[in-house]
Amino acid sequence: MKGKISYIDQNNFLHQAVNMFFSAVKLGILTLGVYGIDSLLQPASSGQSMNCSFSHFLIESTSLEEELKDIRRNYPSPSSSEFDMSDAFYFCRRGIESIVDDEVTKCFTAEELESWNLLTRSNYNFNHISSRLTVLWGLGVVIRYGFLLPLRLTLAITGVGLLVVLTAMIGFLPNGRMKNFLSEKVHLMCYRICVRALTAIITYHHSENKPKNGGICVANHTSPIDVIILASDGCYAMVGQIHGGLMGLIQRSMVKACPHIWFERSEVKDRHLVAKRLSDHVKDKSKLPILIFPEGTCINNTSVMMFKKGSFEIGSTVYPVAIKYDPRFGEAFWNSSQFGMMNYLLRMMSSWAIVCSVWYLPPMIRQEGEDAMQFANRVKAAIARQGGLVDLLWDGGLKRGKVKDTFKEEQQKLYSKILVGTQEVRSRS
Amino acid sequence: MGSRASSLLREEDIEEIKKETGFSHSQITRLYSRFHSLDKGENGALSREDFQRIPELAINPLGDRIINAFFPEGEDQVNFRGFMRTLAHFRPVEDNEKNKDLTSGEPLNSRTNKLHFAFQLYDLDRDDKISRDELLQVLRMMVGVNISDEQLGSIADRTIQEADTNGDMCISFSEFTKVLEKVDVEQKMSIRFLH
Repeated sequence: MKGKISYIDQNNFLHQAVNMFFSAVKLGILTLGVYGIDSLLQPASSGQSMNCSFSHFLIESTSLEEELKDIRRNYPSPSSSEFDMSDAFYFCRRGIESIVDDEVTKCFTAEELESWNLLTRSNYNFNHISSRLTVLWGLGVVIRYGFLLPLRLTLAITGVGLLVVLTAMIGFLPNGRMKNFLSEKVHLMCYRICVRALTAIITYHHSENKPKNGGICVANHTSPIDVIILASDGCYAMVGQIHGGLMGLIQRSMVKACPHIWFERSEVKDRHLVAKRLSDHVKDKSKLPILIFPEGTCINNTSVMMFKKGSFEIGSTVYPVAIKYDPRFGEAFWNSSQFGMMNYLLRMMSSWAIVCSVWYLPPMIRQEGEDAMQFANRVKAAIARQGGLVDLLWDGGLKRGKVKDTFKEEQQKLYSKILVGTQEVRSRS
Repeated sequence: MGSRASSLLREEDIEEIKKETGFSHSQITRLYSRFHSLDKGENGALSREDFQRIPELAINPLGDRIINAFFPEGEDQVNFRGFMRTLAHFRPVEDNEKNKDLTSGEPLNSRTNKLHFAFQLYDLDRDDKISRDELLQVLRMMVGVNISDEQLGSIADRTIQEADTNGDMCISFSEFTKVLEKVDVEQKMSIRFLH
């Protein structure tokens, strides 16, 4: 036992030394980034500003009615026909507006930057701007790939290796306070090494609201790195599907040291089983808080999409967390249709840095008369407000799937009500 | 900074599109990046599926008709020129254009052309008249299952009766224009394009 503790101490020392070194590098990069790059480039004429606006995807019946009345107002219709050929104008205009710009499809690609950050991957316009810039870019490539990347890779391998080895060793201990204590220390240390491996500069706000045992922590999802960022500041029980390969190895060794909730691929579909295991876990107050990403998929960190209500039905305290990345130093969004996990990690480790802010929001519980979906929306609104993200009602599943027909039917119903009056339509549906 | 693909759009093309549609340079590059982001197959043309992928369009009752308007007769792909030509119908009419005497023909966003776009939404077989069947089909798209066939039929009959002046039980384009002469088409069929 003593030998193990001193081993951990040694690593702590190494860890601290590396910390100091990286802080110096970070400072240098930040200075360069904030003052140097911005002054060299001309700001783009078109900036995208995301503001917190609650967007309703259904055409509100009042606005549809008003629009139609407005179109027809200029001429009194002699007959009693409610339909007019000009009714199509409204739908037509809405359709063309959505072709020109819509709020959903752009959530699934990385946010465009206002000015370039010297990374080829963020350079959408391959025009040559000035040779001064090209030289800077070349220098950047040398620094990033020749110097930062090998360092980071070493750290990453160290971190993951230590995690697997140490948690396996702790697994041999009998369950008890010592085991939990050691497991906590080991997890935190390894995650912190991984955070250094990505040069993630994280600012935690309101740490007094950190999730406690028996609760569920929900956060918006941008990339797999979210897990590392949150887990390096506190211990959580993870939820997820068991993978094969390296990922599976890590999962299996983690669960030896403290209970996580891993599902077999077949079990994922069974909602009742999932709900049962989650609620069993939260009832046990000695177990760590569960970390869940209710969006179910990676979104590009400009908006928050629909939260799946499963985790909000369980009935325990929910601790919302908002994570906002600063895209200027490195784009953290994982566009899984564009590149795979390995490519993504390579990109992460060869960007300047990953800069993000984490806000721990005050805990929320489901109120009387509120169903799970309303509760989920309330939590989502709080996270969106804090992180400066757009709150959308659309389902993140639209990344890969089609939109449900029921939404179209809702619109048709609204229009029918205007045509023939509410009474007729109600009797038919 | 512009789009990933704006380097694929040449200056000469931009000038031609500018002349044909009246969009400004920055509007064209912005719409090109939108075109490119919709083009998942990266083949320089959009198919019907690419449009269907926009959720707000997929839930629009007239979504299929609008998508159809982009594709010329019998074709399954629309390139950027075609895309811009169709969108040009929705460019707002600027004041200085209203009184301009154009020798190069009518601009795409004139009142007549806007009305023609709307006319084609109803005219399913593109034979330049809206028959009772076509009107019924479009009405059915707009109301879904919420109104009975008889009621819908009577709405269609009434509409044709009011509009039809030459007694052929169909609505031609001139009859269509006459019915809508008091409607502010320029404003209702225009959208704001960001500069």
